[in-house]
Amino acid sequence: MMADLMPVDFINTQTLFKLIEIAVILGLLIPIAAMLVWVERRMIGIWQDRHGPNRVGPGGILQSLADLLKILGKDEFTPKFADRFTFIAAPIIAAVTVLMSFAVIPFSDTIGVSNLNIGVLFFLAMTSLAVYGVVLAGWASKNKYALLGSMRAAAQTISYEVFMGLSLMGVVLLTGSFNLRDIVLAQQDGWFISTQIIGFIVFLIAGIAESHRLPFDLPEAETELTAGFHTEYSGLKFALFFLGEYLGVTLISAMSVTLFFGGYLAPSFLPANIANMIPALVWFIGKVFILIMFFILLRTSLPRPRFDQLLAFGWKVMLPLALFNLLLTAVLRLTGVISGAGDINHG
Amino acid sequence: MSVEVPFYFAAAIAIIASLRVVTGSNAIHALLYLVVSLLAVAVCFYFIGAPFAAGLEVIVYAGAILVLFVFAVMMFDLQGEDEAKHFGRAGNEGWFSAWFGPSVLALLLLVELVYIIVVSDSEQLLASNVIEAKQVGILLYGPYLLAVEIASFLLLAGLVAGYHFAKPDVQGGRP
Repeated sequence: MMADLMPVDFINTQTLFKLIEIAVILGLLIPIAAMLVWVERRMIGIWQDRHGPNRVGPGGILQSLADLLKILGKDEFTPKFADRFTFIAAPIIAAVTVLMSFAVIPFSDTIGVSNLNIGVLFFLAMTSLAVYGVVLAGWASKNKYALLGSMRAAAQTISYEVFMGLSLMGVVLLTGSFNLRDIVLAQQDGWFISTQIIGFIVFLIAGIAESHRLPFDLPEAETELTAGFHTEYSGLKFALFFLGEYLGVTLISAMSVTLFFGGYLAPSFLPANIANMIPALVWFIGKVFILIMFFILLRTSLPRPRFDQLLAFGWKVMLPLALFNLLLTAVLRLTGVISGAGDINHG
Repeated sequence: MSVEVPFYFAAAIAIIASLRVVTGSNAIHALLYLVVSLLAVAVCFYFIGAPFAAGLEVIVYAGAILVLFVFAVMMFDLQGEDEAKHFGRAGNEGWFSAWFGPSVLALLLLVELVYIIVVSDSEQLLASNVIEAKQVGILLYGPYLLAVEIASFLLLAGLVAGYHFAKPDVQGGRP
């Protein structure tokens, strides 16, 4: 059917190449997210002065594979009282929306699925759709812990989305574009972290809240809600939620790198001949990896706040901070203190 | 050709989903169809050259407002008497039409989104006038300034009313 609709555009070498590129990126992202589970457990172990999983393979590197085999061997259980179709659809929504966001991220100067000119908005749209996965999961489980978890998730995600969007607008102001590739190229002379430090901090905190990572993992707080919205999940469906969470961490790190740390560009203080020796993709992956490590370090070191504290912190601290950052950037940009790429047409 | 076919395709999905919103009797099913309808409208916006409006449609409507709706319905439904009906367990045929419809429509939209990403890289799809965010901003704060101000007053009124309703009652007479 699709072939009838687009006989001209759909099958040509360029399109085919694009499809292969998408397949390769997907085929690499999912194992990377799986490996992160092992990296996280090992790093937490080291930081807490114990070994962590080190038995499967050299240094425990095959731990994720062992976990995967174990999870595949589990009974694919759907509770009798659950709403069957939604119960299955929810983890798929959670994983697919995160994977879709990777479409707009420029991995290097040539690699990247799409060069959408509303890249930043696309990312925000996909993160805001991701909440349906969690909400529907909690609701379809018909379990009061799951419902409470998904209620928290909805409140938390909607609140922190606001600040996340606002914190990015400083970068958009400096670049004059929503296109992520333009944003990276605008950072050739200096990364945006130098002028957008408040924006970065707000974005990072909002990102942790959006991906339900540990200081902000109240939707699945195991001491209060057993396992929160995925209480009733097991086997492959649980694995999808797990995968979605680690993909979310990777996504937030990749977005931070793209927006604030120059994406795939080498640091501008390095001489060109040294910077050129290392390919762009390696720069990108290296920066993303450092940020992921930071996420893991945060997880080991911070306690979990109470839920009302979380929301109050969001609306009373983060929102004013994000607005202040936006206003300050706009003023400095208009008065010419900070120069940005793109022209401003007065009038 | 390359713009019109996907546009009408998305438009048809939007119309079908919207019809299901008003013909169904079940609140949750209607909401899910509404989500699909909004996503389809966003795709329509994208194809007629308004990517900014498309992005905002998904972020604001599908991503925030309808999540609140689903949230509210989800909370109240668990305590309702007709729980079985709402969860589609009445004759055990309800769940199929309830969940299958929206997911098929959403799946078609996903196919179209992949089509945008694969084929577009924007130039060949949207050769004719693309409205960028900058133009939207200039128009909003130029000719349509009055409309923006009126809308903001409306929102302010809503905010004040919301604050008033949410304020805890003070026991024993006037505060």
